[in-house]
Amino acid sequence: MSRLQNVFAQLQGKRAALVTFVTGGDPEPALTVPLLHALVEAGADVLEVGIPFSDPMADGPVIQMSHQRALAHGTTMGDVLAMVASFRQQDTRTPVVLMGYVNPVEAMGYAVFARACADAGVDGVILVDLPPEEATEWLAAARRAGVDRVFLLAPTSPPERITRVGEASSGFVYYVALKGVTGAAHLDIADVAKKLAVVRSHLRLPVGVGFGVQDAASARALGEVADAVIVGSALIRRLVAPEGKDAIAGARSFVAGLRAALPPRQ
Amino acid sequence: MTYDLPDARGHFGPYGGQFVAETLMGPLAELISAYETAKDDPDFQAALTRDLHDYVGRPSPLYLAERLTAAAGGARIYLKREDLNHTGAHKINNTLGQGLLAKRMGKTRLIAETGAGQHGVATATVAARLGMRCAVYMGAEDMRRQAPNVRRMRLLGADVVGVTLGSQTLKDAMNEALRDWATTVDDTFYVIGSVSGPHPYPAMVRDFQAIIGREARAQILEREGRLPDAAVACVGGGSNAMGLFYAFLEDQAVDLYGVEAAGEGLATGRHAAPLTAGARPGVLHGTRSYLMYDAHGQILETHSISAGLDYPGVGPEHAWLKDSGRARYVAVGDQQALAAFRALTHLEGILPALESSHALAYAQILARELGREKVIVVSLSGRGDKDVETVAAYEEHH
Ligand SMILES: Cc1ncc(COP(=O)(O)O)c(C=O)c1O
Repeated sequence: MSRLQNVFAQLQGKRAALVTFVTGGDPEPALTVPLLHALVEAGADVLEVGIPFSDPMADGPVIQMSHQRALAHGTTMGDVLAMVASFRQQDTRTPVVLMGYVNPVEAMGYAVFARACADAGVDGVILVDLPPEEATEWLAAARRAGVDRVFLLAPTSPPERITRVGEASSGFVYYVALKGVTGAAHLDIADVAKKLAVVRSHLRLPVGVGFGVQDAASARALGEVADAVIVGSALIRRLVAPEGKDAIAGARSFVAGLRAALPPRQ
Repeated sequence: MTYDLPDARGHFGPYGGQFVAETLMGPLAELISAYETAKDDPDFQAALTRDLHDYVGRPSPLYLAERLTAAAGGARIYLKREDLNHTGAHKINNTLGQGLLAKRMGKTRLIAETGAGQHGVATATVAARLGMRCAVYMGAEDMRRQAPNVRRMRLLGADVVGVTLGSQTLKDAMNEALRDWATTVDDTFYVIGSVSGPHPYPAMVRDFQAIIGREARAQILEREGRLPDAAVACVGGGSNAMGLFYAFLEDQAVDLYGVEAAGEGLATGRHAAPLTAGARPGVLHGTRSYLMYDAHGQILETHSISAGLDYPGVGPEHAWLKDSGRARYVAVGDQQALAAFRALTHLEGILPALESSHALAYAQILARELGREKVIVVSLSGRGDKDVETVAAYEEHH
């Protein structure tokens, strides 16, 4: 059983999984590994680590700035993989999913990247601008390396695409809760619940929901309906503000609050 | 063999495709089906043709530039006068087509990215004409160097949104337009300004611009009684070039030349010439094509004196035409382009856009190489009124 399957199996019937997103190298490369451990201690079940990219077209301002800071520190794909490998020396249980844009992977080569992920202890990869239709080479390389392929679904995905995305995915699928970019504010939980029912009727994998999780209240509401609640921008905002405060401590208390808010299931 | 690219999923060989976030896949599928229906609908085509004639002023003339020809000392140089279109560039051929399509799809808002501002002006113009709301994304650096076009767009009622992230040029404006579209897909149509972006844009924009080459081919046959030896156009994303080339693709005797921006020189790295400078294929803004990026896959900053060519990528069909050898790609630097700008202004009384000046510079070189018996058609893609200040500032500093 993969680490991702394991987490979802253990939480089945208990509560939604908590998935946290930070960008590798942000706010500083040296902080990423300690930050990942702190997120796990605070209650994160799955870690998403962003691969910084010069043109993060699907991201809102908070994550754009996060990519820019990481790049300003010179963070590369190789650095991000090394951070995961370093994290793995102490934590062999928590799944790590890389999330990024496809050009750095094109530059490295799909097969080389997939093998490097497996070697570093990466469990799954989300490539935001690589829909299954364009992913033939990536799917083969990732399957061969034993890395999970996590694809996205959106409110605009028609039913036939939901099936296709489900067939291409493994580990879980990432449902983008709203039309827009990361960090947007207007989440309509009733609408998400309705869409999730449709999504679930077309695929069997766990469904994580992200884009628009702001605070404990929205995490609680999504935790009622999703298999996993994914938080990114709201967490990254805690890493950079307030000025001068310990970034890791801020992230830790925020994530602990989200985790405590996730409702139990019977 | 007839040329029938792209394939059903928008691929030109290994190039093109749909590399976008999931949120846009549904809307793109809708756009493909709306465009396919419109393309075969005589009413849509008739409305477009009528507007191209009465509103844009087509057909644009094919002008024999006699004094430029004499100065170059070789082949006869004909200019396809897209600068005489309403709004002053070829861009309106495309924005009119996409605007009519948007209206037909029931959309009420147009958005666009723009570099030189010509595509932004052409989109704002069509939005005004069709009674639609309009937002144009433009890099802050481009807003500075193409200020007259910013004022024009605002007068036309468009909301011009400055983009201050990244290199503050066309690439960043396109990122921001994609973000807007992902948020507003229900009522908004994204009018992409070149033969770039995800399928169906490269094919659709080419189809709307193909009127340039169709007219030019008929006009040169009438004037010279034969096809030209070469067709030359500048390449930013590549829409005026694809528009000119498309009608000649199967005329193997017509050599096709795309002219990229060599900026301060290919060796300096400060250029915008992915096809000429040995860039590799990569993925940006929804498509796979030649692309300027570093060893880690990060997109490189580009440089050109002309904002409309200042882009690290190029339309996927040009990547295909380069690999297949059907078209050749060359690059012309800032200084050569400025010299051509001055030459056309002094010799013919025509102020060309700095983008088009790149094509003119290469056409003069080619004319000399080919010699007197030959004929060249150059796409004069736009007029240079917007560039007057840039040219003055450059002359002050050099
Ligand atoms: C006059 C003119 N020519 C050319 C271009 C470059 O675009 P393309 O390569 O798509 O024709 C622009 C773009 O702004 C332009 O304004």
